[in-house]
Amino acid sequence: MIEVSNLTKRYGATIAVDNVSFSTNSGEIVGFIGPNGAGKSTTMRIITCYLPADGGTATVDGFDVFEESIEVRKRIGYLPESTALYTDMGVIDYLKFVAQVRGLSGQDLRHRVTEMIDICGLEKMVHKDVGELSKGYRQRVGLAQALIHDPPVLILDEPTSGLDPYQIIEIRNLIKEFGKEKTIIFSTHILSQVAITCDRVLIISNGKLVANGTPDELQQRTQDRQYLEVAFQGDHTEIETKLDQLSFIQDFKQIQSLDQTAAAYEVVSEKGHQTCEELSRMAYENQWPLVSLQPKAVDLEDIFLQLTQSETQLEGVSS
Amino acid sequence: MRNTFVIFKKEAGSYFNSAVAYFNIIAYLAVSAWLFFWLGFFFERKQTEMTYFFSLMPWLFLFFIPAMTMRLWAEEKKMGTVEILMTLPIRSHEVVLGKFLASFLVLVLMIILSFPLPLALNSLGNPDNGQIFTSYLGLILVGAAYIAIGLCASTFTSDQVIAFVVGIIASFAMLVIGFVPWLRDFGLSYHFNSITRGVVDSRDLIYYFSVIGFFLYLSVLSVESKRWR
Repeated sequence: MIEVSNLTKRYGATIAVDNVSFSTNSGEIVGFIGPNGAGKSTTMRIITCYLPADGGTATVDGFDVFEESIEVRKRIGYLPESTALYTDMGVIDYLKFVAQVRGLSGQDLRHRVTEMIDICGLEKMVHKDVGELSKGYRQRVGLAQALIHDPPVLILDEPTSGLDPYQIIEIRNLIKEFGKEKTIIFSTHILSQVAITCDRVLIISNGKLVANGTPDELQQRTQDRQYLEVAFQGDHTEIETKLDQLSFIQDFKQIQSLDQTAAAYEVVSEKGHQTCEELSRMAYENQWPLVSLQPKAVDLEDIFLQLTQSETQLEGVSS
Repeated sequence: MRNTFVIFKKEAGSYFNSAVAYFNIIAYLAVSAWLFFWLGFFFERKQTEMTYFFSLMPWLFLFFIPAMTMRLWAEEKKMGTVEILMTLPIRSHEVVLGKFLASFLVLVLMIILSFPLPLALNSLGNPDNGQIFTSYLGLILVGAAYIAIGLCASTFTSDQVIAFVVGIIASFAMLVIGFVPWLRDFGLSYHFNSITRGVVDSRDLIYYFSVIGFFLYLSVLSVESKRWR
């Protein structure tokens, strides 16, 4: 449905989107995650024809976003990150306005507007101006305008930002509901949401696509590693020198420990290596009392942090 | 055409939902009536003519029109609403034209509502109604040209104050080059004076349509330039 290849966008000297390629099938819910400023919004803005790309192409349903912009825009419903709506318009008037530009009229238009009000839970707000609505309701109006022409593709830029947990769940359920027949790309910071909602996850960092797969696939990528949390009573620098010397340890970083006097670390090591035994031996030999040692479950958050934090580790994963 | 009408309706709605349209119309009527009666009689000009009054109107419009057009794009950019607008399946020229027509509607209302002035004149004496009529036409054309210029200024910035100031300066420049002998054919004032004399020359009409067309085209380019590679 959406084909993006070698997409590049620069803002002056900084590269916002760097050679990003991916494609989505119809009826797929794709979660787009990455730190702030990673290039999520820019990518979405290119696909929705708001911004031009500096290089590469993007097509929606076979139409090029640059060459056949109007055709692309007809097929997309878009909720921008700002959710900027005309605050001086009434909710109904606003939805009617968008519906008219979308080519709806007469019975059809009235029917769709009523339907959207029902689906997005706006019944109580129909007599208000958009400017009077709370953030959560504005978000729903934004979603309603994106859905009003029943588009095959939905692009939602942080649809749940600034909402309370109940609203987040509501929006998530709406996305799941619509995802049955539509292609949806949505960006978010809430990683647990992605694991529940998405068929596929795209992780973007510094403008580069660093991961592309189902939530399960991404979790498997880290299965050649094991994560441990370990805490010793001892001198930080000595412990760190020692950890550096151990060849089976791929990476470690200091973490906050419950016991303030202890030096606590998160240790990444090769799968299958007897890291626990080695670490307790190290503690014993150096007379650093072992405060805690426990394996850590890998979740999407670890993968996200691992992929977006250190550039050097990325090469093996981004294929 | 349909899309242009949808935008026109929406923008006209914004004008009349906010105080902008009413404020503009009332302030214009008040100031123009004051100019008409007070200045007109004060200088003891011939009571049954409006030439003097009309010659002042393009100067008055210099403030009223940019105040009306400044928000057309600048506000969309500031509020971010331009993002949804530009991703709707609508062409830039349709949006520009719709916004232009909405402002034009306010302008026409402003002018129509000032009709008691010539009526009053007719009850006092016997003015040249043909000349008054063409003067009103000239006023509408100058106003429309200002709208096109102000709209264009508004596409360059997200700051309404800048749009307002640039609108005034650009409109002023277009007006006064009509007083420069070798440039006067390009000036709004030259063609306005020509129309207010009571003769509608096709050259004047063509001039105004060209100015309006040029600035609307420039606005479309300015809006579209966001999408250029």
